[in-house]
Amino acid sequence: MVVGNSEVRVDGYDKATGRTKYYEDRMPAEALYVRIKHAEKAHAIVKSIDTTRAEAIPGVVKVLTCFDVPNIPFPTAGHPWSMDPGHQDVADRLLLNRHVRYWGDDVAVVIAENEVAANQGVRALAVEYEELPFVLDAQEAMRDGAPQLHERFPGNVLKHTASRLGDYGAAIRKPGLIKVEGTYDTPTVQHAHIENHGCFAYAENGHIVVVSSTQIPHIVRRIVGQALGRPWADIEIIKPYIGGGFGNKQDALYEPLCAWCSTQVGGRPVRIDCSREETFVSNRVRHAIRIHIVSWLNPDGTFAARKVELYSNQGAYASHGHSIVAKAMGSFPQHYPCPNMECDAWTVFTNRPAAGAMRGYGMPQASFADESNIDDCAKAVGMDPLEFRRRNIMPQGFHDNFSGNTNYFDSFRVCMAKGAALIGYDEKRREYGHDTGNIRRGIGLATFWYNTAVYPISLETSSNRMQLNLDGTVTMQCGETEIGQGADTAFAQMAADAIGLNSYRDVHVISCQDTDITPTGLGAYASRQTYVAGFSIKQTADILRGKILDYANEITRQAVSNMDIRGGNIIRRQDGSVLMSLKELAMTAQYNPVHSEHITAESTYTIRNNAYSFGCTFAEVEVDVAMCKATVKRIVNVHDCGNLINPALAEAQVHGGMSMAIGYGLSEQLLFDPKTGKPLNNNLLDYKLSTVMDHPDLEAAFVQNPEPTSPFGTKALGEPPACSGAPAIRNAILHATGVAVDRTPINPHVLFAEFSKASLIHDVWQEKEGSKNV
Amino acid sequence: MSQYKLVRCNINGKDVERMVDVRASLTDMLRNDYRLTSVKKGCEVGECGACNVLIDGEAFNSCIYLAVWADGKHIRTLEGLMGPNGELSDIQQAFIDETAIQCGFCTPGFIMSAVEVLESGELYSREELRKRLSGHLCRCTGYENILNAVEKTMKRRHGIPVD
Amino acid sequence: MYDMKALYEAESVSDAIRLRLEHPEAQIIAGGSDVLVQMREGKRAGKELISIYGINALRGVSIDGDEALRIGSLTSFSHITRDPLIQRYINVLGEAVDQVGSPQIRNIGTIGGNTCNGVTSADSASTLHAYEAIVELTGKNGVRRLPIKDFYIKAGVVDIRAEEGEIQTAILIPKASYENTFGHYIKYGMRNAMEIASLGCSVNVRLSPDKKTIERCRIAYGVAGPVPMRAPSAEAIANGSALTEEMVTEFALSVLSDINPRDSWRASKAFRQHIAVEMARRALIASIEKAGGVIA
Repeated sequence: MVVGNSEVRVDGYDKATGRTKYYEDRMPAEALYVRIKHAEKAHAIVKSIDTTRAEAIPGVVKVLTCFDVPNIPFPTAGHPWSMDPGHQDVADRLLLNRHVRYWGDDVAVVIAENEVAANQGVRALAVEYEELPFVLDAQEAMRDGAPQLHERFPGNVLKHTASRLGDYGAAIRKPGLIKVEGTYDTPTVQHAHIENHGCFAYAENGHIVVVSSTQIPHIVRRIVGQALGRPWADIEIIKPYIGGGFGNKQDALYEPLCAWCSTQVGGRPVRIDCSREETFVSNRVRHAIRIHIVSWLNPDGTFAARKVELYSNQGAYASHGHSIVAKAMGSFPQHYPCPNMECDAWTVFTNRPAAGAMRGYGMPQASFADESNIDDCAKAVGMDPLEFRRRNIMPQGFHDNFSGNTNYFDSFRVCMAKGAALIGYDEKRREYGHDTGNIRRGIGLATFWYNTAVYPISLETSSNRMQLNLDGTVTMQCGETEIGQGADTAFAQMAADAIGLNSYRDVHVISCQDTDITPTGLGAYASRQTYVAGFSIKQTADILRGKILDYANEITRQAVSNMDIRGGNIIRRQDGSVLMSLKELAMTAQYNPVHSEHITAESTYTIRNNAYSFGCTFAEVEVDVAMCKATVKRIVNVHDCGNLINPALAEAQVHGGMSMAIGYGLSEQLLFDPKTGKPLNNNLLDYKLSTVMDHPDLEAAFVQNPEPTSPFGTKALGEPPACSGAPAIRNAILHATGVAVDRTPINPHVLFAEFSKASLIHDVWQEKEGSKNV
Repeated sequence: MSQYKLVRCNINGKDVERMVDVRASLTDMLRNDYRLTSVKKGCEVGECGACNVLIDGEAFNSCIYLAVWADGKHIRTLEGLMGPNGELSDIQQAFIDETAIQCGFCTPGFIMSAVEVLESGELYSREELRKRLSGHLCRCTGYENILNAVEKTMKRRHGIPVD
Repeated sequence: MYDMKALYEAESVSDAIRLRLEHPEAQIIAGGSDVLVQMREGKRAGKELISIYGINALRGVSIDGDEALRIGSLTSFSHITRDPLIQRYINVLGEAVDQVGSPQIRNIGTIGGNTCNGVTSADSASTLHAYEAIVELTGKNGVRRLPIKDFYIKAGVVDIRAEEGEIQTAILIPKASYENTFGHYIKYGMRNAMEIASLGCSVNVRLSPDKKTIERCRIAYGVAGPVPMRAPSAEAIANGSALTEEMVTEFALSVLSDINPRDSWRASKAFRQHIAVEMARRALIASIEKAGGVIA
């Protein structure tokens, strides 16, 4: 068996030698530079753009503005197309915008022969605006009289959905209940993959080819077609290796604009390379979601009723829209089942950058709120937070009718038990939490609810093509994309086992997707790829095996049912004897003068399953009260993601998610000037992404309950590691200091305010200041 | 009015010279004139470390280093680590073996800082290693396996057994 | 590719002075970690640059005739930290500049650039103020030396006379300043690397021979005002005082009469005031300990 081994990455050698080619490494030397003029207003109408000075700059080829673009609104979300217009994504984008809806919106482009001329051209554009009032907060945007972003969405509400269980109103009237209420705020953060998004486009044989740093080539093909009003088959998207995505590149970013710019200069190659500053503001961000929770507890520490209201800050354009907060809301009744629940979620347009998909897709927000409230509940009834969770969390056997998911194993409790043992939770819970000095230690935990892929909300489909090579190896093409997570390696391992090859090295996965060549797949999102590709790999391997054995039957005259493929050989089942190698078979089949056959297989699998994927984080913190700093001293994640295809890669995935979660908990947020709406810290110096000095060692552990719906027993792992870290840190700070912080990031500014409020730090000097000022 | 200057330097062990636009960064020169595409661009202001190269043995972000300053210098990029027959150096092999690579975009810069660390001959503690590597941002790995790769290679070079 | 009008490379100090006089509009670039970033942002786009990065004579640390420590203006942070003279006489400076940005930035960044850009957050600046460093400028009329507090005029503006072709050539620490003196620097940042100080605090002390009292205490801050500044009220409390906890507390609180941090999106004034007190306290304690004192 190859599956289950910690094989090294198939792309490891190339990446370790620096020869891996990313989009910019494939750039045609003659490509023209497209630089975008971003609006310097948060909300405005462009009255005019004077391009004269820009056009006079030597090297500037063309200037195009929001007055030049086709009036074809298009959606950008990286969702599968739906044949049902009611389920299609909101088409609210134009290539360039006269109605500026956030500081950084695209209003014009300068196309030039070189970078300097393009930049000079952009600076030379004179844009005249009619300024409009703007709004940055989701709940403020819902108020009467708030500035309106989209005509089609009065009140700025993109969507409101609700779910009801039991009778909340009646349930809360029961006497003796304990009410625990909180409003939990999460910030706008950004993916900050180290390779910025970029792409280049050119015409070839009447097609438009776009080479892009994207997670979703097949979806981007459709969106470029829509945006340009061209048949989708006119567009060819090529996805080379990419330097991380984390959901930002699960959107059509600048591919449509790039493709259009190429058409405006006669199909010559043009390039759009986002700067880091643009990546932060003019790509996508994570939704800031404010979550109000009212929990009503029975005296025994069980839930009588819960009310949850979620306000999701969509920013200026719909992108993935309500899907994110809908997923967040959907977790509440499942994570901690409660007989009486009222849940409401609103997605609201504001004049911030557009929010889209980001690792966790609503769950880091939901987990922060839910798991903070759970610790607050445990505290209110005087129960240990781990015990409170054990009592209330989703039980084994729980079934969700909508997704069809079943909690086959007691995942939550098993993961929590493992994590508690690893970190020494019980002892530390007893030992910590009593410090009174400057340095205080605490331990906390949080769990997360997650699921795998997007069924039944959207289409789940996976296509695969295999070809038997003359040396007995197999070349495989998947629509699922390698974005750094190690997908190609996992696919190779699964294919090797499914076909019966000796090694995953005998499977050559073509990493680059080209929509003209690669079988259709939807790409990297929803922690789905290993799960969904597993189905099509297994099915296609079965077809390939059938063809191989049929051909072997011609040569060996053994009955197909008596043969098998193992270790790269055709063997006879009965005695295990090797009849011939796959190489011999492939050579014979190809060059047989009577019956020549190039043995290939291709198939599509429609997945109509989903799978829960749960886990938890335990975090130990040290708080320096006077310095208003919390430091994570130890952190452990435990995941039940089914069988591990590649344990080393799985562990590495978890590390990355944990790092993101630490940043989400303690330091990361994109800030906006309240007076102008201008982003303040859209660079890697001021946006506090964790460095290697901001982490303790990261510890990952697994519980391997085989997922019954998957041919390989596997399920989601890509996003789950990012979900429960922040609330675990928050709860550890609560344990250390007694201070419940209801927002992230819990940075020194927040701790200064909270510790002042809790009188942990004394503002003795303020009297002094006061007296001096008198 | 374009201004050019002849830049003579040694890149990855080879003496080279080229007329270079004085406005070019060293990143521009290495990527465009010498096609050394392991030198990556992640921020272009010296904050991410993706463009890191060694100049006379010290690590520099080539994005904020003028190409003309390279005149007379010895420059090393990741391409220079590989042997003539494709042999990997120990640190490259360790990055592979320790699963320290994911998307691969920060990898070249990280490895070059690791080379500076390893060639110093110092035996650093894990905390000191963190500081020595803190000029690189990585969003995939949480740095854990990168630290492991560098630490293990350092120990091996000092003859200290590692698991 | 930088949007630069022209580049002039100086090979010597006299060359630099000549180029400065010939191109009065040009910007001096040392390591470039600030200038090039600003040029890319568009702030200095289209400008001429005079590169002094190639003047090797301005690199290195030495002891000059009157036993002052002389740090060439182009000495990089990493070289300052590793320098044996620095480690022996003013180790705190090496420790302070070892907290600038990242290893790569510490290899390109120079102490001259760090002071000439006039920013209050420079990690070297508070220690240089606390050690009453002397700035050496060289121009067409020869060498001019001035105390570092006079070098800083206002935020982003320092006393360099472009019309005289001046460039900064060295930073000097007089013997009286470093002798028997032990210091500690604390940088307060929102993360532990790749950070600009929210506040920087550098303290140094010289104890009496019996190590019971503070003969001289100096404290300086970065980001506590528009330019780096000393805290004289706090120093007055420590000078001549016995090593007691009460003194340390009084010292720390009194910095509030001296400093004037501002509200910005990076940090509020109240927050900066709060941590300034705690940093003063911790830096003084650490300095006393380094000097071999014991706080009663």
